[in-house]
Amino acid sequence: MALYPESGGALGGVAVRPIGAVKPLIRIGGVTKTYSTGMLAVAKTNLDIGRGEFISLLGPSGCGKSTLLRLVAGLAEPSSGTIEWPTSDYDATGRPMPKLGFVFQEPTLMPWATVFDNIYLPLRLSRIRRNAATDRIRAALASVGLERFADAYPRQLSGGMKMRVSIARALVTEPAILLMDEPFAALDEITRFRLNDDLLKLFQAYELTVIFVTHSVFESVYLSNRVLVMSARPGRVIADLPIAAPYPRGDDFRTSQPYSEMCRVASAELHRAMGDANEEH
Amino acid sequence: MTSRTTRTVSLAITPTTRDIPLAVRILVPTALGLALLGLWEILVRVLEVPKFVLPPPSLIGKALGDDFPSLLASLWVTLRITIEAFVIALAGGLLLAILSARSRLFELCLFPYAVILQVTPVVAIAPLILIWVGIDHLERALLILATIVAFFPILSNTTLGLKSVNPELNALFKLYGASSWQRLALLDLPNALPYLLAGMKISGGLALIGAVVAEFVAGSGSGTGLAWRVVESANNLDIPRMFAALALLSALGLSIFFLLVGLQHLLLRRWHESAMSRES
Repeated sequence: MALYPESGGALGGVAVRPIGAVKPLIRIGGVTKTYSTGMLAVAKTNLDIGRGEFISLLGPSGCGKSTLLRLVAGLAEPSSGTIEWPTSDYDATGRPMPKLGFVFQEPTLMPWATVFDNIYLPLRLSRIRRNAATDRIRAALASVGLERFADAYPRQLSGGMKMRVSIARALVTEPAILLMDEPFAALDEITRFRLNDDLLKLFQAYELTVIFVTHSVFESVYLSNRVLVMSARPGRVIADLPIAAPYPRGDDFRTSQPYSEMCRVASAELHRAMGDANEEH
Repeated sequence: MTSRTTRTVSLAITPTTRDIPLAVRILVPTALGLALLGLWEILVRVLEVPKFVLPPPSLIGKALGDDFPSLLASLWVTLRITIEAFVIALAGGLLLAILSARSRLFELCLFPYAVILQVTPVVAIAPLILIWVGIDHLERALLILATIVAFFPILSNTTLGLKSVNPELNALFKLYGASSWQRLALLDLPNALPYLLAGMKISGGLALIGAVVAEFVAGSGSGTGLAWRVVESANNLDIPRMFAALALLSALGLSIFFLLVGLQHLLLRRWHESAMSRES
């Protein structure tokens, strides 16, 4: 739990906030996922995710990081183990109440709907009337800087703008946790840097918990306060690296000594993860 | 990200002519048509072609004018059958497509028979339908035959459209707990719309063909549609009147086609690749 460090000191080693007293937002207990082909996508995984953490799942292609994300989102069922939300209420169907936002690798917008209607979708599916939703939609649009594009259609937007719409749609339900599956992988580096900074602003403004899947070492270190390095076949977490730098982060952090040091450590772990996978070739 | 190059792949008839101004696109073919009619008129008169082989356009125009009331009544009969068949095919095709997209079992049961109905030539089924239904209600038999012909493109296109939804959008709807009605209304049907409209464009033409073919097969008797005017005129060697009836049939087919093209443009122009102009 990188977010809640043991702060002993003055009390002679007695932690002011002992680890374990704060319940995690998500508790992944002994979860595995085997595909119908028999492939073990996610090996037995135990993981606690605290409220307010920004976690990156970093690993090579096919290491099960997206699968793990989909398990958390409830888009796939674990083959064994449980995913619990200890601090959350559950609704009648067993769905956890803290709302999830999910951002896919592609913007995944409905081409026939305007930007406004695309962002309205999650609220519409919750049977919230359009009039009642307008303020929230405007706020979500403003938070990604697209106020002027409410009436545009997705195909009129650039790749980066479409991704902003996708993020606004995920935020419009005011979720407790934002799950992102390589959202910026298809964008050019300049757009990507800008969106990284915007995402960190939203992370702080909305007091989000984020799980961010990526295969970029630099992106994971820049964004996260905790990087989980995964290896492939079977997918499992082989390293849990805290990134201690405080938020807000900016170009100062990107050019700092601790940043490059953490990137070096994460790269070494990623190499180890890929080495594990390469033994099969 | 979908590639921009797909823009040039278009459902429009002549995608390459988009850059030419509309007025020119209308004027040039019209001028060509008028020139050809003039040439026809002159050649027929100069070469003294008998009017029961190839009447000059002026004579066809006169026949159209002289027989206009009776031809118009026939046009109305054919038009009514065509529209009714098209509407029934549209409603039925859409309903069955929704059911097939919902239930794999339903689709497995339905499709072999839909295909059999489609591949069996309507001319061959016509006598049977005419015996079963047509003796008492000829128009009803014509309607059934036209519907059979028009039905399949709607069914197969719409089914394809309903089933080709982006899997990530499907996941998104699942994430937000969409009901199956919400999924149908907000995702599956809008996604199927371009496919449905393409199917409608084919079906509109087929409904007219079905109505005409059925009336040919039905033969004499109470046949009152345009197809029967063609047969009747041919039997009387009244070739100008035959051409007049043919011209009306062409005009009807063209009107149906352009109405459906217009509808397609109206519904898709904001978002679909096929209806976007290249410079936007």
